[in-house]
Amino acid sequence: MLELKNISFSAETEDGKIKDILKDVSLTIDERFVAITGPNGGGKSTLAKVIAGLITPTSGRILLDGEDITELSITERARRGVSFAFQQPVRFKGITVQDLITIAAGRRLSITEACEYLSEVGLCARDYIKREVNASLSGGELKRIEIATVLARGTKLSVFDEPEAGIDLWSFNNLIKVFENMYEKKGGSILIISHQERILNIADKIVVIAGGELKKIGTKDEILPELMSASGSFACSTLSEKIV
Amino acid sequence: MIDEIQKNLLREVADLDSLPVGAYNIRTNGASAARATTANIDIVTKADGKGIDIYIKPFTKNESVHIPVIISESGLTEVVYNDFHIGEGADVTIIAGCGIHNCGDQKSAHDGIHSFFLDKNARVRYVEKHYGSGDGTGGAVMNPTTVVELGEGSYLEMETTQIKGIDSTSRVTRAKVASDATLIVKEKIMTHGEQFAETDFTVDLCGENSHANVVSRSVAKDTSRQVFRSNILGNAKCHGHTECDAIIMDHATVSAIPEIVANHLDASLIHEAAIGKIAGEQLAKLMTLGLDEKEAEEQIISGFLK
Repeated sequence: MLELKNISFSAETEDGKIKDILKDVSLTIDERFVAITGPNGGGKSTLAKVIAGLITPTSGRILLDGEDITELSITERARRGVSFAFQQPVRFKGITVQDLITIAAGRRLSITEACEYLSEVGLCARDYIKREVNASLSGGELKRIEIATVLARGTKLSVFDEPEAGIDLWSFNNLIKVFENMYEKKGGSILIISHQERILNIADKIVVIAGGELKKIGTKDEILPELMSASGSFACSTLSEKIV
Repeated sequence: MIDEIQKNLLREVADLDSLPVGAYNIRTNGASAARATTANIDIVTKADGKGIDIYIKPFTKNESVHIPVIISESGLTEVVYNDFHIGEGADVTIIAGCGIHNCGDQKSAHDGIHSFFLDKNARVRYVEKHYGSGDGTGGAVMNPTTVVELGEGSYLEMETTQIKGIDSTSRVTRAKVASDATLIVKEKIMTHGEQFAETDFTVDLCGENSHANVVSRSVAKDTSRQVFRSNILGNAKCHGHTECDAIIMDHATVSAIPEIVANHLDASLIHEAAIGKIAGEQLAKLMTLGLDEKEAEEQIISGFLK
């Protein structure tokens, strides 16, 4: 169980002003699949980075299964069971897909084992396993590999920051299945930041964050109709709508 | 006789635990220690004693030549000339390497001049590793010079690696590339402590459809210094590409000076150079996978130099 207690985060903008990016956000995640949605610039990605330890909150506490992890480093949180899929996957010269998945799994993997994780995210594994995680891979491929590293870790909390960002519609429709499967199989909790109705649809709980504040929280039956109604709609049912 | 220190050096520079298969010439402390030739590969000591000529017969296939050099005496300074004559259509692997173990307080230096003459359509993979060990204060110095003459349609791929222990190196490579011939250079360097490494490539693309690709990847740690120079001259319809990619750490200094000169209207030349520290997001990503900062750094460097 993850508990966020009164999380606030402020940062200095380029013109030297202090901007409040997160304002007193409190949230408990013990469901298997929780989606965070809300307008761009509302603080969702910042909240995900606060959970993974990439950003230290200005105030507030973070508890993982009752243990205060607010002061712990990225590494220490990772070792306690927090995984994080970046919105923009990082590229590495010379590090192969197999290297990355092996590091993620934390043990030596046979090629077959490593390939299984890639197959799960819809990549033809043998074509990718020896490839470098560099600019020769497309955005969609990197994104799938990013998700595969989180699968390989298999930790009790997996945080995904907008897995649909940078992926074309065709690829994303396939990717939805990955999350549906993950929901079926996985033991731990999944926290996913998304604008996609199909993702929100499989969530046990939906959290709406806007303007740095927690605006709404509830089941999809409570939240979705409101979100989908005309004005102030954050979610879009297809990617084409989002592009428009 | 080869002792334990020398065996260790051999393992580092030539991946050899015992005598290699095929042709070889092992030089230890300034003298030839072991040699073998094959029906197709002959090794002959030069008349003045300062080096060897290696003759590879035309159309020799799938054979290899090992020519490691080992120095374990402090204060030994030597200059060696090795000339490789590769016959038409031959396809061989040449593994050279130099290891210095210096426990003394005098400088040990090995200046090897390797010349490659490739006849028509010959193919060579040339692997060169440099390594230094020992805890003396004398220093290990290596100044290898490589001269390459690529005949029509020939191909040379050169992999040079210097990862540890060489205090000072000045590496010079000169190449002339004839029509339809290709030169590929892959250089990997890591310096630490107060080491200094300088590399200098000059490639003349002389023939029509000649091709060169010179790629250097390096990591500079501590207060070490590196200078990378490359000059590709396009004197005909040709393709040339040179790239220097360096990771800088601590208080190191890296200087990259790529130059391309087009002397012909149809010369197509590109140079790229990038120097930077390890990106913070790369460290962060590996840390989210459970590595600590130091482990993440090691992974990034070993991948980069792989």
